[in-house]
Amino acid sequence: MSAPLLQVRDLKVHFKLRQGVGARGGVVKAVDGVSFDVHAGRTLALVGESGCGKSTTAYAVIGLEQATGGTILFDGRDVTGLKGRDRAALAQEIQIVFQDPSAALDPKMSICDSIAEPLAIAGWSRNDRRRRVIELLDRVGLPAAFSERLPSALSGGQRQRVVIARALALSPRLLILDEPVSALDVSIRSQVLNLLLELQRELDLAYLFISHDLSVVRHIADEAMVLYLGTVAESGPIDAMFEAPRHPYTQALLSAIPLPDPVLQRRREKIILTGDLPSPLSPPPGCPFISRCPIRVDICATARPALKDARSGTQAACFVRTA
Amino acid sequence: MMTPDAPVLAIDDLVIEIDGNRIVDHVSLAVGSGRILAIVGESGCGKSLTALSVLGLLPKAAEIRQGAIRLNGRDLTGLDEAALSQVRGNEATIIFQEPVASLNPLMRVGEQVEEALILHRGLSGKAARAEAIAMMTRVGIPDAARRARQYPFELSGGMCQRIMIASALICRPALLIADEPTTALDVTIQAQILDLMRRLREEVGTAIVLITHDMGVVADLADDVCVMYGGRIVESGPVEPIFAAPRHPYTKLLLATIPTLQGQRKAILRTIEGMVPSAGAWPDGCRFRSRCPLADGACLEPPPLALVEAGAFSSHAAACWHSARIEALA
Repeated sequence: MSAPLLQVRDLKVHFKLRQGVGARGGVVKAVDGVSFDVHAGRTLALVGESGCGKSTTAYAVIGLEQATGGTILFDGRDVTGLKGRDRAALAQEIQIVFQDPSAALDPKMSICDSIAEPLAIAGWSRNDRRRRVIELLDRVGLPAAFSERLPSALSGGQRQRVVIARALALSPRLLILDEPVSALDVSIRSQVLNLLLELQRELDLAYLFISHDLSVVRHIADEAMVLYLGTVAESGPIDAMFEAPRHPYTQALLSAIPLPDPVLQRRREKIILTGDLPSPLSPPPGCPFISRCPIRVDICATARPALKDARSGTQAACFVRTA
Repeated sequence: MMTPDAPVLAIDDLVIEIDGNRIVDHVSLAVGSGRILAIVGESGCGKSLTALSVLGLLPKAAEIRQGAIRLNGRDLTGLDEAALSQVRGNEATIIFQEPVASLNPLMRVGEQVEEALILHRGLSGKAARAEAIAMMTRVGIPDAARRARQYPFELSGGMCQRIMIASALICRPALLIADEPTTALDVTIQAQILDLMRRLREEVGTAIVLITHDMGVVADLADDVCVMYGGRIVESGPVEPIFAAPRHPYTKLLLATIPTLQGQRKAILRTIEGMVPSAGAWPDGCRFRSRCPLADGACLEPPPLALVEAGAFSSHAAACWHSARIEALA
């Protein structure tokens, strides 16, 4: 395989909390030592529950959050902590699509102006912008006539197509997709997922895909990484992750997805975790998953497990399962 | 006198309009004691308005034009606000998608759980508190006595939804309406809440109306299903045939669009063309006509919700002129 387009090594995003009246201070380790690669034409999914650090990881890649440690290489070049003009130049290569397309579009801007904005910033002429917008609308399956409309005249699915068109305007090589179909109606989701798959094939795009919907993840991703409290619990190729997960958290997550088949769903064994995610302010000292883990042993309380080959094709951070 | 198998909730030919648009159009459904009925559909299909109407919680602009809503045999549609407030929180309760937004941020959660007991059962503060703590323990809140003194912001989303369920069930209501109860929760917490609802309907015998767009949740929990589209019920019946042999094109396509854990990865998914029309922009006749691959001239007439012939389940019904040739969609 060719060299990865994006290489993230030991990424840390720590937030210092303010000390003062009513605040205890301290450090939240939102992302604590996360490494991964994303290749052109392929999709890595970041999976986990709210607060696990999946969005923060993605935001650090695009510079919306400051990495406090580790390195981010894009196309072999160190882009960690880029600022000003260099950061703006990187924005041509990496773009992001958020969950709620209504919030991502200026309600008073025509679709044409919204999509053309990154082009205008990059110094494209009016005519070139116009031509490119029509091309982009066609690419995402919208009629050219939509360009003069306002977002309010579009459905949720159409708006998300517009947001994707805008993200593609400057021909980026990496798209960060942060829950791109979660806010859409069920009957519209498959349309947008199909579009994303088609665009990836045609444009050789790399996707960093964030989702809590594991059926969608399995469908669209090549690799998956499960995060828990800012650390990697398990990662690997999608088939191994879904067919032979080894980390007890991955197993619980998978068994918690209700399958749309009443016979199968009621028959299968479910692992129901007790309790909630621990507070990121006071994570357990050993394995982060210890407070909810059904298979913990003594060592889990004192040492943090490293990611190791789990002999199932995945890598897992678990003393019991990688022993 | 109620017969033992009379439904707890029976909605009969309900019509709700907003600004002259029929948002709920001749909807009839029934739920028995200890049963879970799922109402499934996309945004704007009328599922939430149907549910809100039961508790008299319709927005001001919405009006019930026709129909009856019977709770244990009594029609609620004519009741005034005072009479309705005797029903709400007592005989029938509702929980919403956003547990944190549904709780009063300035009130300790224990007080919010016991409120209905004091209001409807006239219990003293002390007796109500003891029962509230018992109910909180029952819905899986550890250390309930301490938690009862906390405020919603001190609890996680999953814990807040448990508080909502505890306060909804504290008066042992005959009916619980759960409007997207797990949509805002993470999957591991969703699994806990679904498990809790399953246990509670067995132990308390409450009839549950579950409103959701998640077919997985329906498959997990529901006994019966109503699929709504454009304010109408397009298909209804026991959960097994709805999933195994749907007879309305909308149900069939909706199930086919969902990626499954067994499907071919990265394959092109089935789609439903177009989008849900906005209220008032429904086509005449069958409202799914504009997006349906089977639509033809017959669909200009609205199809009745008719029993599916030769089905193994006597109550499986679909509103489609072409339900006999649904296999053409495969």
